[in-house]
Amino acid sequence: MQGNETKKARLTPMEMVIKYGFLVLMAGLLIFFSLSSEFFATPRSAVFIFQSVSITGILALGVTATLVVDGFDLSIGSTATSALMLSSYVMVVWEMSAMWAVIFCLIMGALVGLVNGLLIVKMKVPDLLATLGMMFLLVGLQRIPTEGRSVSTGMIMPDGRVTEGVFSPAFLALGRHKFDFFIENLIPVSVVVLLVLGFVVWVFMELTRHGRLMYAIGSNERAAELAGTNVNRYKVLAYMISGVLASVGGILLAARLGRGDIASGNNLLLDSVAAALIGFAVLGAAKPNVFGTIIGALFIGILLQGLTMMNAPYYTQDFVKGAVLVVALVFTFALSKRGGAH
Amino acid sequence: MQNTAVKIRGLTKAFGANNVLRGIDLELPKGRVTALMGANGAGKSTLVKVLCGVHTANAGTVGLHGEPFMPSSPAEAISAGVVTVHQSINDGVVPDLDVASNLMLDELANGSGFFMNTRKIRAKARKLAEAIGLDVDVRREVSELGLADRQLVAIARAMAHEPKLLILDEPTSSLSAKEAGRLFELIDRLRAQGVAILYISHRSSDIKRIADRIVSMRDGKVSGVFEETPLDYEGAVKAMLGRSMSEIQLDIPEAGTPILRLENIVLQADSKPFSLELRDGEVVAITGLVGSGKSLLADVLYGQARLESGAMQLKSEAYAPRNQAAAIKAGVFRTPKDRATNAVIQDFDITKNITLPFMARHSIGGFVNRKSERTTTRRMISDLGIICQHQSDDIGSLSGGNQQKVMVGRWMAEASNLLVLDEPFQGVDIQARRDIGAKIRETAKGRATVVMVAEMDEAVEIADRIVVMADHTIKGEHRNENIDLNAVLAQVAGMESGQVNAG
Repeated sequence: MQGNETKKARLTPMEMVIKYGFLVLMAGLLIFFSLSSEFFATPRSAVFIFQSVSITGILALGVTATLVVDGFDLSIGSTATSALMLSSYVMVVWEMSAMWAVIFCLIMGALVGLVNGLLIVKMKVPDLLATLGMMFLLVGLQRIPTEGRSVSTGMIMPDGRVTEGVFSPAFLALGRHKFDFFIENLIPVSVVVLLVLGFVVWVFMELTRHGRLMYAIGSNERAAELAGTNVNRYKVLAYMISGVLASVGGILLAARLGRGDIASGNNLLLDSVAAALIGFAVLGAAKPNVFGTIIGALFIGILLQGLTMMNAPYYTQDFVKGAVLVVALVFTFALSKRGGAH
Repeated sequence: MQNTAVKIRGLTKAFGANNVLRGIDLELPKGRVTALMGANGAGKSTLVKVLCGVHTANAGTVGLHGEPFMPSSPAEAISAGVVTVHQSINDGVVPDLDVASNLMLDELANGSGFFMNTRKIRAKARKLAEAIGLDVDVRREVSELGLADRQLVAIARAMAHEPKLLILDEPTSSLSAKEAGRLFELIDRLRAQGVAILYISHRSSDIKRIADRIVSMRDGKVSGVFEETPLDYEGAVKAMLGRSMSEIQLDIPEAGTPILRLENIVLQADSKPFSLELRDGEVVAITGLVGSGKSLLADVLYGQARLESGAMQLKSEAYAPRNQAAAIKAGVFRTPKDRATNAVIQDFDITKNITLPFMARHSIGGFVNRKSERTTTRRMISDLGIICQHQSDDIGSLSGGNQQKVMVGRWMAEASNLLVLDEPFQGVDIQARRDIGAKIRETAKGRATVVMVAEMDEAVEIADRIVVMADHTIKGEHRNENIDLNAVLAQVAGMESGQVNAG
């Protein structure tokens, strides 16, 4: 991404640490886990890591989009779980096809983002509060149609009807099919979706003028506005991107679970926010960036997989994630230029 | 000299290479109101910040009632008896607390004990309010009060410290005439108590009403002290704007066809209508003090404010931009003042900063064309003489003058019908100022150019024509040739053209 033809000044040791510290740390972890556990450095284990972070990673891309315009979307987790419930409801209760389930979810995600965006730019509600409100609203809304129960075939609806619809095989394949890649049944669909979406969002943010203007808004909204940028439109767009990506995450989760599980997805918000924030520290970017976000998600995945293989108990996971996040934030704010500039 | 409350000698302050205060010598007598005037960047806010402990001076001494005074923090300044009421009223009060808590805030913050004795606090607060003639119920929340009362609360709070020096930074800027009247009554009372008051303002009405003496600042120095009654306000304005006859010789070209016509426009409900014509190839400086309406005019031209009445024509077509995007589309560009807040994108490099408004022209099908961006940036770097290592340098690594060149280059990269430069020389060294000025004149053909400046030197240095604004209307126009600066300065001070020669 650098591509500058002339030489840049040599980096000081501190700048080296800021720029490459996190990647070195990640490489160190990989080596450490590979030496500690014979199963860690295998393709299957790598895929498992990818799969475990794919949904979080997709949501984190959405978080990144809102962070770029200096916003914040707290409602992504609940948008994802709403998509999980909605897709199940469409197929099981309304007995419609997988395609409709996906379309409804994407529309819902876009709508949620639109409402978030309008609350923020038109109603002037601060971003954290607007999306917090939306989070509550969605968490509640997704329980109303089923009176708080999970959606599955054969369940009894509030009106006494027994549901007869089923998850279509095509839909379940989104969560369960694995592509062959050198080894049979290696790469799950969700990983491919993450990589494709990651690439698309990266291209949008880094290579198009729209991405450039969104970064300008995030850095100095007033200056961007005075340069003729339609700030409100780009902010709404960022929240819509976030909403749609969150609903994609929800669809994949529904396909993996095979039922509209009311209790799933509790950790999605915190994990994806953590991934996006850890991304600040990657390559010393000190700002939201797509590449860093994906690395951030991977970092968490590698750490958890490694610890699991070394028999660390599951209940230590959140603690580890929190610790990583705090370290990454120190990297970003205390050490890099961002800390000095403000 | 027992009458001197504050004695400042040889005070200097620099930020990096930027010398803001270059040796201030100043005395502030007890029981008198000293008005301090100075254009943007003259150093008056830095002087205030040194006195109230925000900045530490590099050299020089300050004596307060004969004792040396060099506060290292605002708290220290306050306890020594120098109290400042800042321009933005809400900095001085906590809106969600009641008046009593606000008045006793410093005691609450520094006091001992765990529980508050509400009754005692209210009683003390009431006494304080009474002493300065603040007539409000101390149990009311400050957020329910009007601006003037909030201002008085802030001052009353300051009075709890029994100040030796009270600094008021543009205290009337958001008050109505009636509210200001109440403030002046309070200042009269404090003056009678022997407090030295430093009053920072540009409003002639304020200064005539309240000041005992005027001190003008310019380029980090005191450029004039006026103590005789009646106070020479006009002289003070001259001293603050100054003039060191510019050595630059301008060739004033024949102006071309009219580009922008303003017909009987009214900027503010009660201001006088005026007309103005800007022609092709012409550089017009619009000058005036803060609040003279020149910024509002720039806002109107750039689609950020609406006219009260009147009409604008751009190239013989009605022009009324809805927003800045519409203005840019019509070929009206504006470099805003205060570049750090309004223009610079700190996270971007030079290239990205320059191409920001015209991304559409540097992209194909939405994708940014880096090569086209680089070409434009290289052109602007060499045209304006931007001193940098590389076009991908961070904007923050440039000096103020070079940052400003980038901001000007941003809007010079494309052809415009009207280019409005709002205080383009703010925080810019003399070399960069000359470079920018020369470039503006050199490229002037094909557009009309308006430069908004408060400093007279800058206007004389760059313009074919100087238009003076005061009270939201035009007070005079001068061709920049053998210009009678006294007449210009009189108009800046708000005098009508007819009054000029009276003195």
